[in-house]
Amino acid sequence: MTDSVLYSVLLLASLGVIASVVLYIVSKKFYVYENPLIAEVEEILPAANCGGCGSPGCKSFADKLVNTEDISDLFCPVGGNDVMKLVAEKLGKTVAEKDPTVAVVRCQGSCEVRPKTTEYQGPRTCAISAMIYSGETDCQYGCLGDGDCVAVCQFDAMYMDEETGLPVVITDKCTSCGACVDACPRDIIEMRPKNKRDLKIYVGCLNEDKGGIAKKACSVACIGCSKCEDVCPKDAITMFNNLAYIDPVLCTLCRKCVPVCPTNSIIETNFPPRKEKPVVKKVESKVAVNVESVKPKTDA
Amino acid sequence: MLKTFPKGGIHPPENKLTSSKNIKRMPVPKVVYVPISQHIGIPSEIVVNVKDKVEIGQVIAKSGGFVSSNIHSPVAGTVTKLDKIIDTSGYKKQCIVIRTDVKNESNFEEIEYPLKKEIELQPKEILQRINDFGIVGLGGATFPSHVKLNVKEGVKLDCLVINGVECEPYLTADHRLMLEKGEEILVGIKILMHALHIDKAIIGIENNKKDAIEIFKNLTSTEKGIQVAALQVKYPQGGEKQLVRALLKREVPKNGLPLDVGVIVHNVGTIFAIYQAIQHNKPLIERVVTVTGKKVENASNFWVKIGTPISDLITEVGGLPEGTRKIVNGGPMMGKAIKNTDVPVTKGTSGILVISEDEASRGEPKNCIRCGECVSVCPMGLEPHLLMNLTEKGFYEKASNEDIMTCIECGSCSYVCPSHRPLLDYIRFGKNIVKKLETAKN
Repeated sequence: MTDSVLYSVLLLASLGVIASVVLYIVSKKFYVYENPLIAEVEEILPAANCGGCGSPGCKSFADKLVNTEDISDLFCPVGGNDVMKLVAEKLGKTVAEKDPTVAVVRCQGSCEVRPKTTEYQGPRTCAISAMIYSGETDCQYGCLGDGDCVAVCQFDAMYMDEETGLPVVITDKCTSCGACVDACPRDIIEMRPKNKRDLKIYVGCLNEDKGGIAKKACSVACIGCSKCEDVCPKDAITMFNNLAYIDPVLCTLCRKCVPVCPTNSIIETNFPPRKEKPVVKKVESKVAVNVESVKPKTDA
Repeated sequence: MLKTFPKGGIHPPENKLTSSKNIKRMPVPKVVYVPISQHIGIPSEIVVNVKDKVEIGQVIAKSGGFVSSNIHSPVAGTVTKLDKIIDTSGYKKQCIVIRTDVKNESNFEEIEYPLKKEIELQPKEILQRINDFGIVGLGGATFPSHVKLNVKEGVKLDCLVINGVECEPYLTADHRLMLEKGEEILVGIKILMHALHIDKAIIGIENNKKDAIEIFKNLTSTEKGIQVAALQVKYPQGGEKQLVRALLKREVPKNGLPLDVGVIVHNVGTIFAIYQAIQHNKPLIERVVTVTGKKVENASNFWVKIGTPISDLITEVGGLPEGTRKIVNGGPMMGKAIKNTDVPVTKGTSGILVISEDEASRGEPKNCIRCGECVSVCPMGLEPHLLMNLTEKGFYEKASNEDIMTCIECGSCSYVCPSHRPLLDYIRFGKNIVKKLETAKN
């Protein structure tokens, strides 16, 4: 009886010893050196694994940061300048400072201003409906409203506004990882610089059709009248294919373009109310509603 | 036992309501909208300007490359606009808008060409003319015919297969054409056999068109090398891979073409267009379109000029019936709902189907119950449920390994799915992405 106990204990013990010796030899022989800096840099990174930097995850981005000489064009949009500064200190390299950006939805085609002309039956994803046809409205450039951008957002920074049928960005939660930009088949979402008070002016439309056709499809469409281009003192507005685009770098946020737009397709966010009433009375109505719907969320 | 393809297939209700209706000529439309991208491949290049006067059959857009096709003016008139309008793809595409000249008599002459049997042109001239006259596959895929007929030296080719299957429910355009233009089609087949230097052709016709089979049996009784084969009724027999398998028992390799097994397949509509081009110098400017639907008053078949707005066709059959839900360009299985009735008829429009409320709605998608119906009906031997799941989750590489690209988009899987899962929608999307990834790789 005691023998069998003894034998089994001895056998197990010797097996353990042999296994440990083998494991030791293997681990020495096949040891892979990894720069300990990588782990340390990874520790600094926000661990969101969102892919906003262009690498598949934080670990591989850390690897890239450590192993590239010049890291000035690498940037972690989630961590922003603070994290990049820490990384630079750790590695003794220099990083370029970037203005923080935030996603904006360049479409105001709510159910009210952009009437539906057809009905779509089928899988409700933007990618598939964009493949099949130009959408339920007559605008083939605007938001399809199936929420692919909301589905890919890992930070809960977007939601669909049920009233307008359009996605809304919660500016404080947005890390500008760019997942929504890639997910949108219509390229409606753009990353635009976010200054301290999150003041933004942008054209909320992508319709390249001629004025009349665009206006017929959506009453707040950009009709390509160039009025904003004429009034802009900094030449920040360019017209291309019947569509205005405001360059975020050149724009000084003077707001002169907003009241001249006859269709209210230029959006301003988080500005204090104007002292004088705008010349065009119409500005009050639809854009104001839209801006309001963005505002409370950004302040929240 | 009649021939058919062995794998999969379904039997949707045939609903061939217009099979006894003669092909009527549509009145010439006041304005035609001719899209420059009516075929698979590179869009054509516009060669006319606004305010130009054009004649019937004049080239208005030149082929933009090898896989492309010329486009001819369907009417005599004046180019009024070069504009973007919504076409069958659902997007605004470049179009040539021509206003018909009501004083020009050539627009209203109804030429009934006499049958011309002698073939005068040399094989090379025939192929060149097919290219010049803008002939594309009229079965629906609109693949430029000269590309199909461009057989490289050393490739073994021994049989021409004529597709008179028309397996899509509702559509009767090919059926009527076979009944009314049988002799011309036979000459067309001979032209192609002459051009390709082959002496064997098989006409495949499904057994629900007994009259057409009868006609061709009589016509070919004295012909050597041309056979008529009656086929079992089964969808999608009109797919070229399925047809070649059914008629000749040859398996077209995946990602391959019928040419790989020595066969070229052409639709009867294309053959008739080739006949007109070679024997009567007539480019492809009109085609047969079936306008049908259960509630449509005067459903019928029409000779329609390319570029005619679909609204004209609908007026011709007595307007939209009450409770119309969808207007489909093509048949119910592979056709696509159009966005509005201003969409013009293109070279690929084989039918306009008006579907009412009760037929149109798609069921609410539920979970997959693993019944395997989609697998058993897939004519290509794929696993549609798996392909859909892979695409839905974004595993495009795996989907590519599961042969997603061999899917012929027949829609049999979506048709039989008891859970109403949108299988084909996702597979089509997956194919798009895989194609993009592959082109990015190369």
